[in-house]
Amino acid sequence: MSDVLSIAPRKPLLEVRNLVTEFPLRKGVFTAVKDLSFSIEAGKTLCVVGESGSGKSVTARSILQIVDAPGRIASGSILLNQADGSSIDLARLNPRGKQIRDIRGRDIAMIFQEPMSSLSPVHTVGDQIMEALRLHMNMSKAAAREEAVNLLRQVEIPNPNQAVDRYAFQYSGGMRQRAMIAMALACKPKLLIADEPTTALDVTTQAEILDLIARLQKSTGMAVLFITHDMGVVAQIADNVLVMHHGVAKEYGTVEQIFHSPQDPYTKMLIGSVLKLEQKAEIRLKRPPLDTTAKPILEVRNLVQHFGPVKALNDVSISLLPGETLGIVGESGSGKTTMGRAIMRLYDPTGGEMLYRKADGNVIDLAKIKGEELKAARRELRMVFQDPFGSLNPRMTVAQVIGEPLLVNGIARGKELDERVCHLMEQVGLDPAGRERYPHAFSGGQRQRIGIARAITLKPRIIVADEATSALDVSVRFQVLDLLMRLQDELKLAYIFISHDIGVIRYMCDRVGVMYRGQLVEVGEAEKVCTAPDHPYTQALLSAIPRPDPRDRDRSRRFRYTETTPIKNGSSAR
Amino acid sequence: MLRFIAKRLFWMIPSLFAVSFLAFVLIQLPPGDYVTTYIATLAASNEVIDQNTAAQLRERFGLDQPMIIQYIKWMWGIITRGDFGMSFEWQQPVSGLIWERMALTLALAIASLIATWAIALPIGVFSAVRKYSIGDYAFTVFSFLGLSIPSFLLALVLMYVAAVEFGQDVGGLFSHEYEAAPWSIAKMIDLMKHIWLPVIILAVSSTASLIRVMRANMLDELPKPYVTTARAKGLSEFRLLVKYPMRIALNPFISTIAWLLPNLISGSVVVAIVLNLPTAAPLLLQSLMAQDMYLAGAFVLLICALTLIGSLISDVLLALVDPRIRLE
Repeated sequence: MSDVLSIAPRKPLLEVRNLVTEFPLRKGVFTAVKDLSFSIEAGKTLCVVGESGSGKSVTARSILQIVDAPGRIASGSILLNQADGSSIDLARLNPRGKQIRDIRGRDIAMIFQEPMSSLSPVHTVGDQIMEALRLHMNMSKAAAREEAVNLLRQVEIPNPNQAVDRYAFQYSGGMRQRAMIAMALACKPKLLIADEPTTALDVTTQAEILDLIARLQKSTGMAVLFITHDMGVVAQIADNVLVMHHGVAKEYGTVEQIFHSPQDPYTKMLIGSVLKLEQKAEIRLKRPPLDTTAKPILEVRNLVQHFGPVKALNDVSISLLPGETLGIVGESGSGKTTMGRAIMRLYDPTGGEMLYRKADGNVIDLAKIKGEELKAARRELRMVFQDPFGSLNPRMTVAQVIGEPLLVNGIARGKELDERVCHLMEQVGLDPAGRERYPHAFSGGQRQRIGIARAITLKPRIIVADEATSALDVSVRFQVLDLLMRLQDELKLAYIFISHDIGVIRYMCDRVGVMYRGQLVEVGEAEKVCTAPDHPYTQALLSAIPRPDPRDRDRSRRFRYTETTPIKNGSSAR
Repeated sequence: MLRFIAKRLFWMIPSLFAVSFLAFVLIQLPPGDYVTTYIATLAASNEVIDQNTAAQLRERFGLDQPMIIQYIKWMWGIITRGDFGMSFEWQQPVSGLIWERMALTLALAIASLIATWAIALPIGVFSAVRKYSIGDYAFTVFSFLGLSIPSFLLALVLMYVAAVEFGQDVGGLFSHEYEAAPWSIAKMIDLMKHIWLPVIILAVSSTASLIRVMRANMLDELPKPYVTTARAKGLSEFRLLVKYPMRIALNPFISTIAWLLPNLISGSVVVAIVLNLPTAAPLLLQSLMAQDMYLAGAFVLLICALTLIGSLISDVLLALVDPRIRLE
C-alpha cells in the first residue's frame, strides 16, 4: 500500500520542534533557546545566523546534547530520521548514554570555531582522527591509520603520510580546520554541524574551507548545519536560513527570501549592515575633500622591522596627511599589526625613518628619538586595540582607565580629572554616571568606546586603530565606526586603521595600503583599491570575499595569489 | 635531546662543587667543632678532658688544619676512592651509615608517594568533574583538615590509637629482634607490618594538597574546546576524561619530581623523630647538631645532587610527554 504513496514528501533528516534549552543559574533560569523549530533535509545547507548571545551555538550543541554544564534541554524534540524510516528523539536520550554517543561522530559530526584549541595539543592529529574511526567503525589500528591518511588527502593536506603523525600546533590555522573537517567526516556522517568554522581564518582560507565543505557535501550527500554571524558567507552557501536573536527565531526561510524579501526588522538590519559596507560612509561622503597639498603629518620611509630571522616589515614607505584615514589591509601574518606597533615605537625598528611633523611644524624621526622626547611624542600618538575584553584592566574602574593617561602625565587630578573623564565619556557616547563601574559591567561595544575615550584623553593627533571593530557584532560595529569618524572631524585626528575587513576599510578610509608578507604591495584611494585594484594580490583578496547576494555565487572568479603570478601592468606600490 | 642531557650533566659538576663548598663552610660557621661538642658531652657526665687530649683529638680528626685543606682532602677522598670520610660521632665510615638509611628512606618515600597518588588523583578528578556536589564538598573538607593538621600531631594521635586500642608495636620500622638482623624474608614482613603507620601519616597531608592541585588543574582543562570535540566524537565520558584533560592536567606533577627527591632526605624530620624512624632525616639533624661535619657534608652533597638529578629527570620527562615542549 504504502509503496504506491511514494510521492509523499520525504521526511527531513533532522526535525527540531519547540526546542527550549536552559541554563539554571543561582538566581533563576536563563533560557538560551526559546521555542525553536526548524528542519534540515539531506544534502541541504541550513545556515543559522545571529550575533553573539543569540543562542545559535547552544542550538547546535543541543542537537548533540553537548551543551556545557549546567545547560540542559528543558523541552521540545529533536527528531533524527533514519534511513529505515524510524526516528529517534535526541532530546530524550541520556546525554551520557550509549545511544547518543553512537550518534555523535557517526551520524552527526561537529566542527568548531577555534581550530587550535579544538584539537588536543598533546595527541597527534592522526591519533585523534583514528579515534573516531576505531570507535564507530571497528577498524583495526592499521586500517584506521590508512583511512586517516586518506581523509587528510581528501581535505587537501599536503604530504598526508607525514602530516598524520604531526601535532596540531605544527599545522597552520587553515590546515587545523581542514584536519578538524577530516576528523568530523571520518565516519561519513549524515549531518555536519559547523559552528563558525571560518571565523578565525583569513578570507582566502575561509573561501577555500567553504569550497571544501561544499565539495564534500556534494560527494557524500550530507546535510550541513552552518552557524555563522557573517551574512556574506550565508549568501554564498545556504539553502535555507534561520535568523536568531536572543534565543528566538526571528525569521526562517529560503536564502532567496531572506536576502531579497526579508520580513523581520532584525533580518533587515543584518542585511542592511552588510550592504552598508559595500559603499562609503555617509559621514565621509558629506565631508569636504581632504587638502591633499598639506604637508604629511607622518611619513614612513623604508621602514624595516626584523624579529630574528623573520622579516615582519620589509622596506615599507607610506605617508599620512593631517585629518586623513589611512587603511592598512592584509591577511594574518602580513605585518599590518607590526606596522601599527612600529609607528607607536613599541619596537626598535631595524631600519628606516618615521618622520612625524609636530604641531609647531618641527619634524622628528620617531625611529630614533628616546627618553623624554619619545614620551612626549607618544602623547600625540595613541592606540585603540582589537580585544575590548583583554585591553581593559578588569581591576580598574572606567574612570581610572580613561583618566590614567592624564594622571601619569601629571596633567589633571582630583576634581578636574573627574570632570575631564565625564566629558570624555560623553564624547564617546557613554553615560558618565557609569564611570565608577568596572569594565565587566559593559558590553563589547561599550568597552570599545571606553578604549577610544582612553585613546583621545591626551588630545592626540594620530590614532592607530588595530582591528578596532573586528571583535564587535555588526550592529554595534557601525556605531563604533561612525563614532570614530565623528571624533575625527571634531578633534582633527588622523587615523591609521588596520583591518582585515575590506568592507570596513571601504566604509571609512580615504586611502588604503595593502600589505602582503611584510611589504606594501599597493597604495591608493580606498574606492579604487576596494573595487578595481591594480595588484594581483589585492585582486585575489577581493575575489575571496563572500558576496552578500545569493544570486551571485560564482566561485570560479576566485583565485589565490602566489608570488610567481606575473604582475600584469607593472604597478608598483609607491 | 642527548646533547641537551649531556650539557646538563656537564653543568652539574661545577654546581656540585660550589654547593659542597658552601655547605662545608656553613657547617663550620658555628663556633667550635666536633671536639668542643664532644668535650661538652663528656663534661655532662663529669669527665674532664685537658687541653692536650683535646689537641690530640683535633689532630687525629684533622681538625687542626685550615678549613680549605680539610675540604680538599675530603673532596679528594670522594673523587678518588668514593670515601666520604669518617663520622666522628659514630666512629664509622660515613658511606656505611648513609646507605642503609637511604634505602629505608627511599622505601618509605616511594610507598607514601604511591599511596598519595593512588588516593589523590582519582579524588581530584572526581571533585573537578562533579564540582560543587556533595562528594566534592566532603573531599574538600577532608583535604582542608588534612592540610591543617600538623603531621607530628597526627603521628602522636595515631601512635596512641594503634598502641593503646589495638596493641600494635609502634615506632621504628622494625621490631626489636629484627633491628640489627641481616635482611631476610621475615625481616621484610616485619617491615611491612611497621611501615603502614608512617605511610598513612606522610600520605595524609600530601594527599590533601594534591587533591586541591589536581582539582584546580582539571577545572582549567575541562571547559577547553578539545574536550567538547572529543565528546562530540562520541567518546564515553570516562575514556574522554582519561585521554584528554587528565593527561594534560598531570603535566604539572612531573615538574614536582624535582623537589620530591631532595625531600627524601630532609623532608618529614618531625614525623621521623616522633615515630623514631631509622630514616635519613633524623640522622642529618643529629649530625648538624653534633657538628659531625663529614656526615652532614655528605648529606648536603647528596641533597644537592638529588635536586639536580631530579630537575633533569623532570625536564626530560616533561619533554617526552608534552610534544609542545619537545618540538617547539
